Amino acid sequence: MRSPAGPLTESHPARGAVPTRSALRNICPQRAAAEQWGRKPQPQPQPLRQRATWVWALPPVLALGVVFLYPLVLLVQQSFTPLEGGMSVQPYADVFADPAFREALGTTVWLAVGATVGCLVLGFVLALVIAFVPFPGAKAVARFVDVFLSFPSFLITLALLFVYGTVGMANGMWTDVTGAASGPFQFLTTPWGVLLAEITYFTPFVMRPLLAAFSQIDTAQIEAASSLGAKAPRIVRQVILPEALPALAAGGSLVLIMCLNEFGIVLFTGAKGVTTLPTLVYSKAILESDWTAACVVAVVNVVISVSLYGLYRVVSRRVGA
Amino acid sequence: MSGVGGDGVGGDIGIRFDGVSVAYGSNTVLDSLDLTVERGEVMALLGPSGSGKTTALRAVAGFVTPARGRVHIGDRDVTHLPPHRRGVGMVVQSYALFPHLRVEDNVAFGLKAQKADKAAIPGRVAEALEMTGMAAYAKRYPRELSGGQQQRVAIARALAIRPGVLLLDEPLSALDAQLRSGMLAELARLHRELPDVSILYVTHDQVEALTLADRIAVMDKARLQDCGTPQELYRSPRTEFTASFVGNANLLPVRVGSGSGQVRLGDAELKVDTAGVAAGATATLCVRPHLVGLGEGANTLRGAVAEVQWRGATHRLYVDVAGQRVKADVRELRTPPALGSQVALHFAPEDAVLLSAGVAADA
Repeated sequence: MRSPAGPLTESHPARGAVPTRSALRNICPQRAAAEQWGRKPQPQPQPLRQRATWVWALPPVLALGVVFLYPLVLLVQQSFTPLEGGMSVQPYADVFADPAFREALGTTVWLAVGATVGCLVLGFVLALVIAFVPFPGAKAVARFVDVFLSFPSFLITLALLFVYGTVGMANGMWTDVTGAASGPFQFLTTPWGVLLAEITYFTPFVMRPLLAAFSQIDTAQIEAASSLGAKAPRIVRQVILPEALPALAAGGSLVLIMCLNEFGIVLFTGAKGVTTLPTLVYSKAILESDWTAACVVAVVNVVISVSLYGLYRVVSRRVGA
Repeated sequence: MSGVGGDGVGGDIGIRFDGVSVAYGSNTVLDSLDLTVERGEVMALLGPSGSGKTTALRAVAGFVTPARGRVHIGDRDVTHLPPHRRGVGMVVQSYALFPHLRVEDNVAFGLKAQKADKAAIPGRVAEALEMTGMAAYAKRYPRELSGGQQQRVAIARALAIRPGVLLLDEPLSALDAQLRSGMLAELARLHRELPDVSILYVTHDQVEALTLADRIAVMDKARLQDCGTPQELYRSPRTEFTASFVGNANLLPVRVGSGSGQVRLGDAELKVDTAGVAAGATATLCVRPHLVGLGEGANTLRGAVAEVQWRGATHRLYVDVAGQRVKADVRELRTPPALGSQVALHFAPEDAVLLSAGVAADA
């Protein structure tokens, strides 16, 4: 939370004192709100019933362990097991030394970062228009964004192939008009094509939290700003954007993680020349049958995702999301 | 106080509505408003919710576009000017402070937006905060302030741009009663310090309007019903709506007698000024509850006590007189009359106003 130390935000109750929920709300409404959303801002005294409740935690923990954690452990274990057997970090050394891996890592990161930036910019602009520019059908568009979220990612890729593919509409029109053998739109199989597809597909994931945040903005603030002499760009920059930061952080991190792990779009579009970590895992495991190397790449992918998620939690807590 | 106020837009600043109508689809929310707020005048727009008073204010701020008519600020026709070019200060019920900006940055917002001389901004911020008594809170965030303090900051923010016109939209409605009366006094003091600023004050609270306004425009059903000084509206309302909304008067249907100065309510003969009302016509007799006393007097009404409310310093009696329920506010009674008992009420002829039946709502 960005707040200065002051009597109204800082409270130091006596050791052992238990602030009531309403007292907490008086001291800091944000904190109380955070608590309401299920996060524990400060250690709570353990209720007596706690001893019995761990029994209820067993089934989900067991299920999680068997279904998710155990295979994950096996995967990590396999990544440390070279072909000749035993345990060593040699598989990691081998994979890290492989130029194909380095290239895939670089491609993955820049594609994810680029797509995230693109989604943030495009999503912010589109959400602004939908939320603040009154036009007929704005509600329908907002609802379509929700529907869009349920589409599978390769659908977008397929749709883009129809438009920009080698024999797609754009190139077809070009060859019809000019009589040339092929059209100028050949970027779809390059990283740029993947970037376009990812931005197209993931932008609604940024818009959804943004639209929710925009609907919370008091229109009286926007009116106050404009009667104080602010034009639209200043209002966006100084009134709307600060309010939207938590939503941008949330949507942006979500998209970043999803882009890092995106498989379908890369496979469909960039199959020829673009390799990212997930497609590398695929090719190592399925095409080359190098199970250990696939596990190493997968572990790297997981580590990046989890660290990004950790970073996201820290950042979002700091901005008070 | 030097500097603040008046020189923001230049010239003789006032507000003029010329036949302003605002409609949403077929729903007219403001109907042909003609009203002039003089320079330096406090005009209260008083009315129940849905009366069009806030719409009128928003037409001045530029947030609604009139379907017909013109809005002038000073000698400028601002009807189609965007809000950011109107140079009005606005304060709303919800304060609408920018939550992520400190108090001083909230107040500086308008100055920066209007590209004021950078070197002058801190001084003008300090001046505005000084006027509203918030100088000590410059570094705080809005969420660290009470409602009353937030409202002071909102007022400081509006004043910092030195507007010629200040629009206040129910500014005290979110405050509790005690704070409200304190803020009323503050607003009156601010106005004395800024004698050139015209203030349009929207409220549904007659006490605020009576206390603060130089003139009150009473609105109902999208139309201006009455306009005058608080004293005029209170002592001699022109319409039944004004009489009941401002001061909650008794409105009694009477028949004007043949002799001058005589009206009849049931079988009671009452002496009032009947000038302007034809003999034999029906009219509405308007008497304020606090001007009705218990016991016989110049004009006596007799009836049964229907309800007695103790209000601390006063007793409010409801007495059924000739089928009409008459309200009387009398000083606290040692032994209030029993429910159902017969009592006499009286009022002085000069305390009653006779409204001819034709001057009802659509004046």
